Amino acid sequence: MKVLFNMSAITIKGLTKKFGEFTAVDDVSFSVESGELFGLLGPNGAGKSTIINMLTTLLIPTAGDAYIAGYDLRKHPEKVRNNIGVIFQDPSLDIGLTGRENLDFHAMMYNINSDERKKRIREVLDIVGLADKADILVENYSGGMKRRLEIARGLIHYPKVLFLDEPTLGLDAQTRRTIWDYIRDLNRNYGTSVILTTHYMEEADYLCDRIAIIDHGKIIVLDTPFGLKNRLQGDRVSVTIEEDIGLIAGALREKEWVRDIVQNDRMLDVVISDHETNIPDIFQTASKLGIGISSIKISKPSLEDVFIHLTGSTIREQEGSRKTAKQDRMRRRMLR
Amino acid sequence: MIQRKVVYVLWRREMIKYFRARSRVVGAIAMPAFLLIFQGMGFRRAEFPGLPESIGYFQYLVPGIIGMTLLFTAAYAGMSVIMDKQFGFLKEVMVTPASRISIVLGMISGSATVSIIQALIILMMSVLLGFRLPFISAILSSVVIMVLISMTFINIGLILSSVLKDFHGFSTIINFIAFPLFLLSGALFPVSNLPAPIRVLSYLDPLTYGVDALRGVLIGYCEFSIVQDVFILSILSVLMVCASGYFFKKAEML
Repeated sequence: MKVLFNMSAITIKGLTKKFGEFTAVDDVSFSVESGELFGLLGPNGAGKSTIINMLTTLLIPTAGDAYIAGYDLRKHPEKVRNNIGVIFQDPSLDIGLTGRENLDFHAMMYNINSDERKKRIREVLDIVGLADKADILVENYSGGMKRRLEIARGLIHYPKVLFLDEPTLGLDAQTRRTIWDYIRDLNRNYGTSVILTTHYMEEADYLCDRIAIIDHGKIIVLDTPFGLKNRLQGDRVSVTIEEDIGLIAGALREKEWVRDIVQNDRMLDVVISDHETNIPDIFQTASKLGIGISSIKISKPSLEDVFIHLTGSTIREQEGSRKTAKQDRMRRRMLR
Repeated sequence: MIQRKVVYVLWRREMIKYFRARSRVVGAIAMPAFLLIFQGMGFRRAEFPGLPESIGYFQYLVPGIIGMTLLFTAAYAGMSVIMDKQFGFLKEVMVTPASRISIVLGMISGSATVSIIQALIILMMSVLLGFRLPFISAILSSVVIMVLISMTFINIGLILSSVLKDFHGFSTIINFIAFPLFLLSGALFPVSNLPAPIRVLSYLDPLTYGVDALRGVLIGYCEFSIVQDVFILSILSVLMVCASGYFFKKAEML
């Protein structure tokens, strides 16, 4: 029954999910090593949640196979369920119960005995700092408190693999930081394998050992955050120009040391190699065309730059441009 | 396969929520109470063809209204599954390793307890309104029948809730199912008074046997026999539990 010699927390082969005509997840394969913190990064509707819902046995894949903690998702869903913890994108607490009752309910569903339950509930409440709020009804919790309670609940049965679907969506910056630290500690101290989805670049960058960038149901690239940023092999130069930005963009595109150009309203983001020698060239090109540069800034490329480089648009633009598309409606329907 | 802890925790959750939401108790009991009071009192002196003279209409009606209470409370139990679906809590239940049949049995035991509490409240009200107080043994046997009736109808709601997503769809469909079941069951009048073609439908209605059995134990009058009624209800309720288990295993609970 147990797949031998398999050190992966998750192995996915050709996973596909169709909703009618629409393919939400298209032939996705990857594996997550034991003890790894793995990220699925992509815009809303890219298929991240659908992947998570399949891996957590809530949706049945149209095609493909997956093994979680060594168990076949199709053949032994109950074994899979026993080894995973899930923190969903949307709230999934019973707001008519207290925090402690929610945790106790969950622990009982996992057949944990009474003394152990009390011990673990105390333990996880301490981890997320809700010990003093445990006996209030969840309907009186703030958004951040609810999220922390859900994380506590996901930990109570000591899962081998923890799924986090957009763990910090809609939370303020401070709460987000705290939650990042919980996730990181958990992964480091308990060796829990974590797979999380996010559309926040900084979240993926800060937390993940490896990141799969996913769009339109497919994995575009899979690498470490460092490896992803290195793909651009260069530095980002942001140039602010008052006039005729298209002209200079065209001229720069000709240069062989320019890796990537993104043209905004009055700002040009250029990824270049060897900025020490090539920045003067940018000035020369501009002055030859009679264009004045009002400011210039050099930075290391971010994950966002990589994303733009690979998908051709920012994560936010993609969301916007899809608002009207028929696909978006399909996606939203299935995301509900 | 059946995990007692899972059944217990789902039952306990239902109880906690039931006793925290008093309005639910009052709301669910209002309809049968009104029928009991107005229909029962209004037709108190009427002589019904098909009824033995020794049994007044009010005595005849009370087991019917108890059946109705069970039917509606039970059928609407699926509504709390829909609520859990919309609040996302059902996902949390479904990703746990609890066996689907234990989840179904937990939901059934919780809702059945609620239905029976409601039915017993109606029974107490009836006694205040002049229903002859049955012996404690009769009340206990009636509880057994109540369990069977609730189980049968809770499963209709559960199956429906496993395939539907929203409140409106659910309540429309459940009303379409529950009202004919109620009216055909002989809860309000003897089934023998119905024209033959409609009577056939009555005999297909599980509540007919439930109400008949309740009458048998509570007022000592029934059209069939209690043994036959209980036999039919037992088989039906077991089949319905299996059906719910199947639907919960199959369904994509999102």
